[in-house]
Amino acid sequence: MADVLTPAVEDHADHGHDDHHEEHLPTNTGLSHNKLGMWVFLGSECLLFGGLISTFLLLKGRHEGQVEEGLIEGEAALATEVFDIWFTSLSSFVLLMSSLTMVLAVSAANRGDSVRTRLWLTTTAFLGSVFIAGQVYEFTSFVREGLGYTTNQFSSAFYTLTGFHGIHVTLGILMLVALVMLSFSGRLNKGNAETVEIVGLYWHFVDVVWIFVFTIVYLVP
Amino acid sequence: MAITEDRPLAIGTGSAATVTAPLGSFTRPSGNTGWKSWLTSVDHKRIGIMYGVGAMFFFLVGGIEALLIRLQLSVPDNNVLSENAYNQIFTMHGITMVFLVVMPMAAAFANYLLPLQIGARDVAFPRLNAFSFWCWLFGAIFVNSAWFLGGGADCGWFCYAPNSNPVFSPSNGVDFYAIGLQITGIASLVSAVNLIVTVLNLRAPGMTLMRMPVFTWMTLVTQVLLLFAIPVITVALFLLMFDRLFDSNFFNVDAGADPLLWEHLFWIFGHPEVYIMILPSFGIISETIPVFSRKPIFGYPFMVFSGIAIGFMGWGVWAHHMFASGIGPISVAAFSISTMFIAVPTGVKILNWLATMWGGKLRFTVSMMFSIGLVSMFTIGGLSGVTHAVAPSDTQQTDTYYIVAHFHYVLFGGALLGLFAGFYFWWPKMFGYFLSEKVGKIHFWLTLIGFNLTFGPMHILGLQGMSRRIPTYSDWQGFNFWNMVSTIGAFLIAISLLVFFFNIAASRKASKTMPNPGPDPWDARSLEWSIPSPTPEHNFDTVPEVKDFDDWWHRKYGENADGEIVRIANAEDIAQDGLGHPHLPAPSYWPIVLAAGLPFIGYGLIFSLWWCVPGAMMVIAAMFGWALEPPDDFELPDHGHDGDGDGDHAELEAGETAGELASGDAVENPEEAPVG
Repeated sequence: MADVLTPAVEDHADHGHDDHHEEHLPTNTGLSHNKLGMWVFLGSECLLFGGLISTFLLLKGRHEGQVEEGLIEGEAALATEVFDIWFTSLSSFVLLMSSLTMVLAVSAANRGDSVRTRLWLTTTAFLGSVFIAGQVYEFTSFVREGLGYTTNQFSSAFYTLTGFHGIHVTLGILMLVALVMLSFSGRLNKGNAETVEIVGLYWHFVDVVWIFVFTIVYLVP
Repeated sequence: MAITEDRPLAIGTGSAATVTAPLGSFTRPSGNTGWKSWLTSVDHKRIGIMYGVGAMFFFLVGGIEALLIRLQLSVPDNNVLSENAYNQIFTMHGITMVFLVVMPMAAAFANYLLPLQIGARDVAFPRLNAFSFWCWLFGAIFVNSAWFLGGGADCGWFCYAPNSNPVFSPSNGVDFYAIGLQITGIASLVSAVNLIVTVLNLRAPGMTLMRMPVFTWMTLVTQVLLLFAIPVITVALFLLMFDRLFDSNFFNVDAGADPLLWEHLFWIFGHPEVYIMILPSFGIISETIPVFSRKPIFGYPFMVFSGIAIGFMGWGVWAHHMFASGIGPISVAAFSISTMFIAVPTGVKILNWLATMWGGKLRFTVSMMFSIGLVSMFTIGGLSGVTHAVAPSDTQQTDTYYIVAHFHYVLFGGALLGLFAGFYFWWPKMFGYFLSEKVGKIHFWLTLIGFNLTFGPMHILGLQGMSRRIPTYSDWQGFNFWNMVSTIGAFLIAISLLVFFFNIAASRKASKTMPNPGPDPWDARSLEWSIPSPTPEHNFDTVPEVKDFDDWWHRKYGENADGEIVRIANAEDIAQDGLGHPHLPAPSYWPIVLAAGLPFIGYGLIFSLWWCVPGAMMVIAAMFGWALEPPDDFELPDHGHDGDGDGDHAELEAGETAGELASGDAVENPEEAPVG
């Protein structure tokens, strides 16, 4: 991951090519190593979230079922009661909007407009942070209402799945902040605008995962 | 490697006026001699060798564990090991052999050979490659450090729930298992991304996918399997870790959890894993058998596509490990059928190897003998594997020694024999001297006899009903004779391994007075034989231009007017001389620092969270150091940086032009190109 942030050397002007970065890449696929690497890595991430979502689906109704059948002791109806669907919908909307600002950041970076690149990267990071803050608030209020991590299988699976996603968003925010810092130090320019695009790939992926997680966890009854 | 002060500029296009100063507070290390240079090396060949050395060390560890198991089982009612110790020993034997021997040994060959076979100077991400190795090594040490910190894991290598929860496994062994395998998992995942990008992006001009050597293809399939299998086991290990450390309820049966969840997650990883272990060896012998039969591989596209088919179908057979778990008749039927189907592409491979040998001029070198050993022993293991696809029979065999016999025939008789074939084959390329054929033949026969004595009788024991993982048996059960035979066989294998190590030492000593084996000692077929032995640091002086499958062979041989194959060039004459000085990625401190932080985090999670602090600080510092490290080639502004590798590829293209002018003999003359 850190490789993405490695600064490339700036000056391409005297190389005899024009400034389109792609033309410097004599790779077989035409994609740079970093970009192809990110795509391959995201393929792997699909299976990571696939495993977690499967676990959640398996465990989510199980606890209530067993309590109702009297197999184990505990409170049955705790699981979905605590959800505040409007609050989570709002924070989901914020996260999805951050994909839009990310696109604007990539576009600005490709144009070499570093002021707007910084603006949109910062906005993206801010929207991501709002989402994470919402998740922290949500977790806190759930715990106060009695749904702790160890309460039952639903809670363990819920916190693990959404927590994993939250950590991915947090890592994304760190990457965005690092990009802004690179830009301020003058090491993010038109020549390596692809770095912004690669972080963007990751960011969009995390957003798409949230669409699945939100649907499966919050919307599917 | 990249000595920035005095290395000659490869091309003159870089303008000296745009030189940038190093950006970080550390400059990059530059030495390439002495033991310290190995710690910072990003050279894929050195990393491959380190993988091999590490795997050999753990082979000894796992081998000693195997001998202890066999010692305990040699006679009835034995008490060499306590029940508890026995559980730990067989579990650690399994983990060690799978994750710390076969996988890294395959990684050794993949790292060393992949760039050579596709005509590249290094992998796509050299620093990540170094990180993979160190991450694997520290993870391996972490798992084994459990021996000194309360005992190893004792739940079997697949560690079924609820056996893995703290009630049944109160020591920290399972924690070491869960965290340690996550660390080695990171190594495998990073390596998979790296090698996939390398194969897809860094092939030499003309090296289309369907001209790649079969070993490269099988490695690619293996890495794709790793890419998708590792995250699944990571999820499973994460859930297990949370269960044990933070009392979550994933596998807690008292709270109503379903232990089948673990079995599914584990085997969705676990079955592709067996192909991850065997496919590299399939690739290796697909290189050796054509060379020692003096024929091209029979049915190259079939070899490639059957490998890909195994890679796909490997995802649809996992539940055949669970026929006795009560997964329902429909699942059992479906997975029975898919398991029978997956034998088809494997059979295609076996038949293609046989057809390659058919009518060829066979040379029975040690490497060839190990290869033929693989074909025959793996076939036995494959046939007993097909019997597992028959669910009623499998239900009888589950957890008996029949299963143990089966998977040792495919993993020892398959994977390890193939890896040994690779060692004897590529040793002169890697180290510049032959392993002794005479000693090697003793090694081979001892291995083959010892292996069959050890694992052959287990078929009988299993069918007689001897359970695996039970520390002893009674006199009246009738298991005495074959167990003793098996133990004797195990010690024969141990002796054969000592013979191998003796061979290395003796051959190395003898090599001082022997001439260099030359670039192409076996009259071989792929690109790694077109460069000197041992491989020069920069691999290729000029990037080869590939015109054909088995390109190197076609440069040496052509057809005369009568259509007969005749030699048109000597390997020594057309091989590259290895004297070029292309610019290579500089070594780096950060991969080893980054990897070294991870075990601290692991110890912290197990013993005291305070230990996580130095670990996390190391990881974060290393990430920043990594990102802010000065590009190794800041002198040449048009070369980018090593992290994304396009810099050295650009160099490599440029070097090609320069090299062509300097040494025309390295470039193939069109007249010499045979009709292919």
